Amino acid sequence: MEILRIDKISLNLEGRQILKDLSLSVKEGTIHSILGSNAAGKSSLAYVIMGCCGYLAQEGRIYFRGEDITSLSLSKRAKMGLTLAWQEPARFEGLTVRDYIAVGMKEKDDALIKQALQKVLLEPGDYLDREVDKSLSGGERKRIELAAVFAMKPKLAILDEPDSGIDILALDNIVKMIKELKRQGTTVLLITHRQEVSEIADQTSLMCSGFIVKEGKPKEMGEYFKERCIPCPTKIFPAQENGQAKGGKN
Amino acid sequence: MQDYELMIEAYTKAGGLASVFKDSNIAHLVVHKNKVIGKNLVKGLILEPEETASGVDIKLKVEKGIKIQNPVHLCFGVLPKEGIQEINIKAKIEDGAGIKLLAHCVFPNALKVVHKMQAEIEVGDNAYYEYNEVHFHGEDGGIEVIPKARIKLGKNSHLVTNFFLLKGRVGIFDLDYETEVLDNSSLDMTAKIYGYADDKIKIREAGKLIGRASRGLIKSRIAVKDNAISQIINELIANAPEARGHVDCVEIIQGNAQAKAIPIVNVTNEFAKVTHEAAIGRVDKKQVETLMSRGLEEEKAIDIVVGGMLK
Repeated sequence: MEILRIDKISLNLEGRQILKDLSLSVKEGTIHSILGSNAAGKSSLAYVIMGCCGYLAQEGRIYFRGEDITSLSLSKRAKMGLTLAWQEPARFEGLTVRDYIAVGMKEKDDALIKQALQKVLLEPGDYLDREVDKSLSGGERKRIELAAVFAMKPKLAILDEPDSGIDILALDNIVKMIKELKRQGTTVLLITHRQEVSEIADQTSLMCSGFIVKEGKPKEMGEYFKERCIPCPTKIFPAQENGQAKGGKN
Repeated sequence: MQDYELMIEAYTKAGGLASVFKDSNIAHLVVHKNKVIGKNLVKGLILEPEETASGVDIKLKVEKGIKIQNPVHLCFGVLPKEGIQEINIKAKIEDGAGIKLLAHCVFPNALKVVHKMQAEIEVGDNAYYEYNEVHFHGEDGGIEVIPKARIKLGKNSHLVTNFFLLKGRVGIFDLDYETEVLDNSSLDMTAKIYGYADDKIKIREAGKLIGRASRGLIKSRIAVKDNAISQIINELIANAPEARGHVDCVEIIQGNAQAKAIPIVNVTNEFAKVTHEAAIGRVDKKQVETLMSRGLEEEKAIDIVVGGMLK
């Protein structure tokens, strides 16, 4: 069953077309990765799905569990079970890690908060009462962000580059956590530019210049990405130049 | 109900613990208008209040080498709708001594109340002085608060001041604290205030780092909304070698509020260094959207961001 369907959305920001006629379908209970180079439009896609300010699609529709959410606010989408782990999480002076993680929980559950921190290799005793401010490193904030998403138990979690800024030792745990999100019933839309991370998904969409240019098995897409996209100097999918790529499969 | 009970009730609403006034190991002083209505002393602390026509003159002294174990609780206030209270404090913390004061100032019914505090504080060498002031005002805004302090900090000593005005209307507020810091000593001054309606906030916190390796941190966290106005002057002067200072001011504005930050950094010694950061603006969009992406409505998300900053 489809949990998220995007029908031909377009996004223009300050006169630049960021997303072009983009379509995507994500099956419930899966990990679906969006693989693409920098500036492919991956984060913009995440913001459009989430309904962030300034990221309302000018064209196209977004459906979540069959319901048209295109014009719904960020809060309403989140209340329906959609959330985003931000690529660069915000800092919050005066807000403790415990309270930050609890924000998305229906009922504050200390045991679950501690469990979520352990999943990202952070010792609860060392972190619960610390503030989510500049005293935490980028990597720590990133892990806390993932812990917050884990504790929220959303129906669909968009993880925007969860692997960036994470050291190699913690990366294994992040991958385990993403798989556990799936086990607990959360569908994951995993945004990444790393082939090896993308390969933990059940399905991969390859993104370039605001298009979904190819879709298929993660391994196959990963190899294509490695062989064709990484060396590509233009970062413009070849088919796009003659107008063939219109959000469909190539 | 007697004034004392009413003061303690207001003190509790301001966040204080009423039980401290029953504990003989904890020193306290309760002043309503110009009347001393409660007092307890502990060994090593000299606290001599003298009633005047419009307030109380207080002499406070901690003798050499004495460290007061528990925080000393002060409660100042005016309960009627109108009145004036002038508190003059002369404090001397002798060499090697230490004290932490927790002052609650309560004006729950103020329609036309003026509260002035003038403090002269001398902190000796190897000493510690901490002054925390928490205000609780009513919702009418008819209050004028004017605290002034001149502080001298000896060598190898530490000074902390915290000022919080987060409950009720600010009214008109004009704070002016100035501290001189000698060798190897440090000052840490913080003010957190939440203004709304037509509140007017003016703060000047200044540190003079005149001693070698002296340290200074001045921090302001201000939120203003509606038609409130704030002006924050944070001033650090460093003219001794190895002196280090930092000024950190954040002001959040909502609605028609106006905020001004004036950091003054003056360094006259090539081996001294002072840095500053100031940010004024609406609530950070990313912070709000992050909380909204967890299911909070925008208004609640803003409350959490502002509340965290003022915590």
